[in-house]
Amino acid sequence: MSFRMKMNVEGDTATIRLAGELDGSSAPELNELVSQAVGRQVGKLVLLLDELTYMSSAGVRCLVFAHQKLPRGSEITLVGTKPEVAETIRLTGFDRSIVMQ
Amino acid sequence: MTVLEPIDAYPTQRIAGYPVRAGRSLPFGATRVPGGVNFSVFSNHATSVTLVLYREGEPEPMAELPFPESFRVGSVHAMTVFGLDVERLEYGYRVDGPRRPWEGHRFDPDLVLSDPYARMLTGHGPYRHRSRVTLDDFDWEDDRPPHLPHEDLVIYELHVRGFTGHPSSGVAAPGTYAGLVEKIPYLRELGVNCVELMPVFEFDETDNVFTGVNYWGYSPIGFFAPKASYAATGRDHMQVDEFKHLVKELHRAGIEVLLDVVFNHTAEGDERGPVISFKGLDNATYYMLTPDGHYYNFSGTGNTLNCNHPVVRGFVLDCLRYWAAECHVDGFRFDLAAILGRGSGGELLHNPPLLESLAYDPILRDRKLIAEAWDAAGLYQVGSFPHYSRWSEWNGRYRDTVRRYVKGDLGVTGELATRMVGSPDMYSRRGVAATVNFVTSHDGFTLRDLVSYDHKHNEANGEGNRDGDDANNSWNCGHEGATDDPAVLALRARQQRNALLLLLASRGVPMLLAGDELGRTQLGNNNAYCHDGPLTWLDWGLREENADLFRFTRRAIAFRRAHPVLRGGSPGSVHWHGVSAWSPDWSAHSRVLAALFDGGGSDCVYVAANSHWESHTLELPPAPRGQTWHLFADTAAAPPMDAFEPGSEPPLANQSQLSIGPRSVAILVTH
Repeated sequence: MSFRMKMNVEGDTATIRLAGELDGSSAPELNELVSQAVGRQVGKLVLLLDELTYMSSAGVRCLVFAHQKLPRGSEITLVGTKPEVAETIRLTGFDRSIVMQ
Repeated sequence: MTVLEPIDAYPTQRIAGYPVRAGRSLPFGATRVPGGVNFSVFSNHATSVTLVLYREGEPEPMAELPFPESFRVGSVHAMTVFGLDVERLEYGYRVDGPRRPWEGHRFDPDLVLSDPYARMLTGHGPYRHRSRVTLDDFDWEDDRPPHLPHEDLVIYELHVRGFTGHPSSGVAAPGTYAGLVEKIPYLRELGVNCVELMPVFEFDETDNVFTGVNYWGYSPIGFFAPKASYAATGRDHMQVDEFKHLVKELHRAGIEVLLDVVFNHTAEGDERGPVISFKGLDNATYYMLTPDGHYYNFSGTGNTLNCNHPVVRGFVLDCLRYWAAECHVDGFRFDLAAILGRGSGGELLHNPPLLESLAYDPILRDRKLIAEAWDAAGLYQVGSFPHYSRWSEWNGRYRDTVRRYVKGDLGVTGELATRMVGSPDMYSRRGVAATVNFVTSHDGFTLRDLVSYDHKHNEANGEGNRDGDDANNSWNCGHEGATDDPAVLALRARQQRNALLLLLASRGVPMLLAGDELGRTQLGNNNAYCHDGPLTWLDWGLREENADLFRFTRRAIAFRRAHPVLRGGSPGSVHWHGVSAWSPDWSAHSRVLAALFDGGGSDCVYVAANSHWESHTLELPPAPRGQTWHLFADTAAAPPMDAFEPGSEPPLANQSQLSIGPRSVAILVTH
């Protein structure tokens, strides 16, 4: 399934809905969107992942990118992460920088 | 402001359908650059080099890109390829050149070789030697190495898979880096502050002709690649991140990470071995060869890396710098390090450039360097390793002396004294950090087996019990192997405590073998390199079964931590005693030894050891500075009175005498 995403900013919260496969070819798009959110000085980033079927290592790295780009103290929340994706995030330690629901 | 992209972000030509341009010679390996990947590979004697690209898991290449002559600088071929999806890419090299083994050349363009600088290999499967590109952007946050003083380390040697592979480990990802992360609280509780990981460089787990299993991994294939099958995320090619996460979490717990590294040989073996990388890239450069092109074998495994060749030296340096700088590893233990001091013909070098380079390297400056100061060809350099004031050594003489003393050999009491104060006969000018003391390691008996077997029992290895060392200085305490005899079991328990207590009360850096604190057994197998299963994995059920031993070890480590005088100090701060105070008995028949470590102030420790089968009453020197003697440990006492929590040791009723039981060690401390 091809990759799709959509961002919605309300107040200081940016919500990005992702669908399809997040891999090396689609990761730069997400990075671009994260940069936009940073430009709008959001303090919270919510990623809706229930329609994301696959996340590659490049995808996981987008989370790191977001964590480093957003101001200190900002919160990143993943919602609806599929178990396989959540497990990879946990085993490599990225879960410490984000909130998984 | 417009930011111009660098000019080398654009291709200049197409090869095999791919946009490319001449690459950068350095760094070697595959490096992500704007828009593409830079591939750089060295060969002195190749006549042509071709980059072979695969889609992951596919049997046939998707493209083969010959390096044009104009892409070569010196002996380095470099090319930047654009538009690659690195996550789904596997690659290798096809290299042509002379096929004249008698001159050392073994080029074979039919083979696709792995990149010696690859940060990842594919690990398992039919195409397991293919190289992969890493993304290298792990979030280290504010990780800082603990930078513990070398002499304060308590090293814990473990096997990544064996530590949590057993079902009893209870971790979510058994046998992996992530599994080890889950056991960090256990390491904290035990009190060790440094783990030494047995080889984690990519190796072939099946390259053993006898059992089909290579468990230990002293046979590297990819020196820059953390072993994929030790990572729960290896199948997603996240092993580098999982490894880095392990290091980060250990550092967060105040624990340093040393890697056991093997630079003396590779998995390619001799003439009969496989061609994986070096052999096909430039055999004559990478290996020590006889004048007629055969392999020198100082490692006992077929070949010997030509590590003092300037190119190979650079390779070793690049590799260690990578693990130190990119993976935040705190130091290295070098397998058969005596080989690293040999020249191209195997001759011993007086000023080995590799060892010197490592000692003075700017990136490695504050990383620990520990030599296994011998090799398989009989070179034994314990005490004489070229150290450049930087290198430490595995002290094989410490191991042998403590084993012989504990077992009850005569004539070793004097030498035990020397070993206990940091082996000044060998290291007086280098300080106590130069000696890494140990009684057991992965190679040989576990501590429990050391006191349970007179002889090795390696039948399961398939070599007719001929493999493994015969000189173990072990003693079965009256019965070979498993027994229900309570007297034998009690003696074995005490002997294990004796060895642990002497080790943790000796100056120098103590190293424990993982599981010895729980009474792990390999059923008398002293060379279990070829077993990947319950024989070699740590059974966590022992934690309850041998809770006494664990508690004892934990307290002994905590005691060491509480008493700097045990970790270092001037030779004059140690005073020797015997049955009579101030009168040590250095005669050959002596079995009793007592050392007073006096650091001045309140740090004063008295260690008494008796390897006699009868008890003795020792006259105590008065506790200095008006203090009184308190009992920390007495291995002859029944648990839990065999050791007390440091700081809450009970006072000794009789301040002028200590009764020391048969075959036991006792420690007093002043308060």
